[in-house]
Amino acid sequence: MEGLFFNVNGGYVEGIVRGYRNSLLSGQNYSNLTQCETIDDVKLQLAPSYGDFLASLPPNPSTSDLASRMTDKLVAEFKYLFAQATGSSAKFLEYMTYGYMIDNIALLITGTLHERDTRELLERCHPLGWFETLPVLCVATNIEELYNSVLIETPLAAYFKGSLSHQDLDELNIEIVRNTLYKNYLEDFYNFINTHPDFSGTPTQDVMAEVLQFEADRRSINITLNSFGTELTKLERRKLYPEFGKLYPEGSLMLSRAEDVEGVALAVSAVADYKAFFDAVGLSQGSSGLGGMGGGPADGKSLEDMFYQKEMDLSKLVFTRQFTPAVVYAWMKLKEQEIRNVTWISECIAQNQKERIGNFISVF
Amino acid sequence: MAYLYPAGVSITTLIVVGLCTFQWGQGAIWQLMRDVDSRYALSRRGRSVSPYAWANIGIASCIGFSVVGAAWGIFLTGSSIVGGGVRAPRIRTKNLISIIFCEVVAIYGVIMAIVFSSKLSPVPEGGIHTSSNYYTGYAVFWGGISVGICNLICGISVGINGSGAALADAADPSLSVLGLFGLIVGLLVAQKAAVLEAA
Repeated sequence: MEGLFFNVNGGYVEGIVRGYRNSLLSGQNYSNLTQCETIDDVKLQLAPSYGDFLASLPPNPSTSDLASRMTDKLVAEFKYLFAQATGSSAKFLEYMTYGYMIDNIALLITGTLHERDTRELLERCHPLGWFETLPVLCVATNIEELYNSVLIETPLAAYFKGSLSHQDLDELNIEIVRNTLYKNYLEDFYNFINTHPDFSGTPTQDVMAEVLQFEADRRSINITLNSFGTELTKLERRKLYPEFGKLYPEGSLMLSRAEDVEGVALAVSAVADYKAFFDAVGLSQGSSGLGGMGGGPADGKSLEDMFYQKEMDLSKLVFTRQFTPAVVYAWMKLKEQEIRNVTWISECIAQNQKERIGNFISVF
Repeated sequence: MAYLYPAGVSITTLIVVGLCTFQWGQGAIWQLMRDVDSRYALSRRGRSVSPYAWANIGIASCIGFSVVGAAWGIFLTGSSIVGGGVRAPRIRTKNLISIIFCEVVAIYGVIMAIVFSSKLSPVPEGGIHTSSNYYTGYAVFWGGISVGICNLICGISVGINGSGAALADAADPSLSVLGLFGLIVGLLVAQKAAVLEAA
């Protein structure tokens, strides 16, 4: 049914995104990039897909300049799509920006706590997560104030309400605020694609549910792994897990009880994909217990890389479906990974670490 | 959204039929119900639906549904081509063929409407209610309905297909064969219908 009506509002946007996707760097481009000797060579290789945006860079630019120009292009393209989208597609794209808003809030509050220069902080904020009252965040000292003065006017207000008590902001609290917001955001997004009449029962629901479930599981696992050795109690930790995904509910319960990496590996072992990741990096009990082969990380890949790889594979699959705005989401993820890849490659070139240059993730 | 359009179409239909019935008390559907009621429909000639009405409703739905199908297909395909063409201008010309396939559906509808309308001719007063003329009326009516619906579905199918083909840039024109099916079925139904003649 979605084929009958999707193109009324979304056909043009979808067509453009597919055009954008075709200009993503391919395996061939990457192998050319790895042959480069200087950053200028990299710039030259990127010219076909990033031409205008890289043209104004000085010769031999720094890696971060390169990355920020590439991000500029991504942002410009996304803003164009956002301007073109209407109806439920526009709402979908809006949801995508909320994640960046949450990151910006966390960045600003952390920076303010460390008494960094406000203007410098604002420059570092992701442009997609920009909202009008963002600069005011710098004055907030506790969560209550933060909510009442700034966030109540943003779309994030609903994620705040009722889930955060008023406490003074400190390092640990910011991480909790950020993860709570993100949890509520993911749950709301998941709810949106599953219940919105334009999306339920369409490819959008199919593919986005899978992508978001993966995202939720990844966050749960990362929160657990990062919480070891901190003051975060198990009960608090459990409140940060999104309440959906392949791990929910048994896996997340086990995750909340895990005390070390092996506990995490045990908790995720019900899901074959995640078990394979943990086996591959040699974190689980099973593989290290076998002796001989187990132990060292496979191909120098970390768990993080494995998750990125999986995310890219999922995003690539999204493009096999038509009549869905999920392609925009997938394209964003692929593009962000591309920027990370190019940054990695140019870092390796800049620092003469050619032997590790192959450690990027390419799916095309 | 998905239910809005069908609901709109059926409500409009009901309003039009209702108005006709109210206004003249002689609406086609109204008469049709009485016909079904009565075993002597054809004997009560003065009150049953004229074969002209049947034939003209058939012709109207033939061309009407065909054009709606073609238009639907063209906007499905067109929006995708326009979007895809931004980054890959080369698909413009190649995928024009998908648009043409959709358009052809409308042309089939026009052709069939012309064929059907050639079955109609003026009849002296009182001479219309013969069984041969009724056969022509019914045949043209159902011929028109089947051509129209076939073309509607065909237009949408070709449109969705064309939209996918445009995005894949590998046109697959096989679905337009469905339009030919519609044309053929319509021709088969109509060819047995004799021209309306005076009795």
